[in-house]
Amino acid sequence: MSTVARRRLGNAGAGLVGILILIWTLLPLYNMVLVAVQQKEDVFATNVFPPHPTLESFYAVFEESYWYLANFWRQMGNSAYIGVAVALLTLAIGSMTSYAITRLRIRLGWLLTNAALVTYVIPMSFLAIPFYRIMKTYGLADNAWAVILVEVTFATPYAIFIFSQYSASIPHELDEAARIDGASPLQIFFRIYLPLMAPALVAIGTYALLLAWNEYLYAFLLLSSDSTITVPVALGKFLNSDEAPWNYLMAASIVYALPPLVIYYIFRRYMSAGLTMGGVKG
Amino acid sequence: MASTSTLTTATGAKRARPRRASWYAGLLGSDFAWGLAFVLPYLAVFLLFVIYPVAYGLWLGSDPRSYTKLFADPIYIETIINTVIYLAVGVNVKLFLALLLSGFFMRPGWWTKTLLLVFILPWAVPAIPTFISWHWMLNGQWGLINNAIWDLFQTDGPPWLDVAHLAMGSVIVAYIWKWLPFWTVIFLAGRMAIPKELYEAGAVDGATGFRRFVHITFPLMANLYIVCTLLSTIWTLGDFNTVHFVSGGGPALQTHVLATLGIRDAFELADPNMGMAAVITALPLLIPLVIFLMRKLSTSEVHL
Repeated sequence: MSTVARRRLGNAGAGLVGILILIWTLLPLYNMVLVAVQQKEDVFATNVFPPHPTLESFYAVFEESYWYLANFWRQMGNSAYIGVAVALLTLAIGSMTSYAITRLRIRLGWLLTNAALVTYVIPMSFLAIPFYRIMKTYGLADNAWAVILVEVTFATPYAIFIFSQYSASIPHELDEAARIDGASPLQIFFRIYLPLMAPALVAIGTYALLLAWNEYLYAFLLLSSDSTITVPVALGKFLNSDEAPWNYLMAASIVYALPPLVIYYIFRRYMSAGLTMGGVKG
Repeated sequence: MASTSTLTTATGAKRARPRRASWYAGLLGSDFAWGLAFVLPYLAVFLLFVIYPVAYGLWLGSDPRSYTKLFADPIYIETIINTVIYLAVGVNVKLFLALLLSGFFMRPGWWTKTLLLVFILPWAVPAIPTFISWHWMLNGQWGLINNAIWDLFQTDGPPWLDVAHLAMGSVIVAYIWKWLPFWTVIFLAGRMAIPKELYEAGAVDGATGFRRFVHITFPLMANLYIVCTLLSTIWTLGDFNTVHFVSGGGPALQTHVLATLGIRDAFELADPNMGMAAVITALPLLIPLVIFLMRKLSTSEVHL
């Protein structure tokens, strides 16, 4: 076979793989849109394409005009509140810890690094049962802060790794120069360390925000009333109810999935920088 | 004063040395105080929300009677088998596909770059809505998959979620769909870190195509691949959402894995001791994985 023919065959093969990847990736997402743009009666039919596309179910979500959607925007607010709080706390605790380990070089810093590593490899769901009890004894039942604290606990280790690695790229001479000029560790932290860490802060902030926005199990166990639960918990309740209007469920799902999608694609560069930085020097 | 006169007269190098020694000596105590202040929040989080729950969980699962009850439960054995299948098939198929796909996305050209942006979607979209979508898509009567099968082949597809092995297979497929992009991106970064010169040198020696992959790419990626396998196995062992939303543990509780069974025992059966016992029986698998991972991380160049 000539090289030209072989290259053509290769390109055709790659095109075929590309089409398969596209179908594979988009099928469940298409299904969400397909169900969301149909009337309730059309959902229970054998349609592959929507026969009468309508945005009615999205209006229902926006106006909360169905009883299951009555607190939808409140729940979006809860998700956002928990997400922002988790992101800010993770950034604060993670950056302070990595500053102490890599910059102030505290004794026994390696112990903290190992503590973070151990936390990182504990599957989150394995501690759900004790956490459920503990949050009750802490008086945080049905309180957003119970969820926030758990998620911060599981997001901070990764933050400490990434910050510690990124911190190695910032020259220590800067700290020393500032010290000679009489800056305290606190001033160095705020005026030198944090500004130079900005890209890592953006990456981890996005990571923690998305982690909290997507988290289901702890929100489901620790929150119970309609006014405190987050959107994924509400979707799960919706799913388990006897009469589930799938078009509303999918419309609500799409509205809930859009903010992280936008954030993800905006901060993708930082995220992948964080990944490769944290990822691979194989 | 002597020091002020040195300050005004001496050169920079002479001036720096004594000052440096003095602030190190003088600030050692306060440096320690600052360090402590900076680690205190994490220390508090670690003690209150890691040590305490772990100890409490072990205590909850320390009653031998919970284990006799657990082992007497016929669902438990099935759950163990499911967990092993889920880990062995799900993790390995996913990572191997990710390794191959990362090679595909190395192809030059605008359309592979655009395709990568689309391919990332399952990872960027929150998990719960997509798993709910899978659940509905696999519905035997009204789901998109069987509707498409009917349109294409005029035949009824199987009731995906009503037969145990099909339901378990569906869970694994949904799991691979969700996590394939993430690992593909990791391997893509790993491949990009391989110097081009190696491939050029290989090409001179006649290594192309498959042999190039076997003799250059794979040996260089092996460590990364092993670390990813370990990490992914650990994470998948704790995966609750996929099973809970795609099959719900059904039909007839036949597709539970340890993570979902623990929650079911603790909250649906209202027996937290038994639930914790189910989770603890995963430790003989989890602990060796963690130790192996730590060793691998400390001896190889792979960083997380």
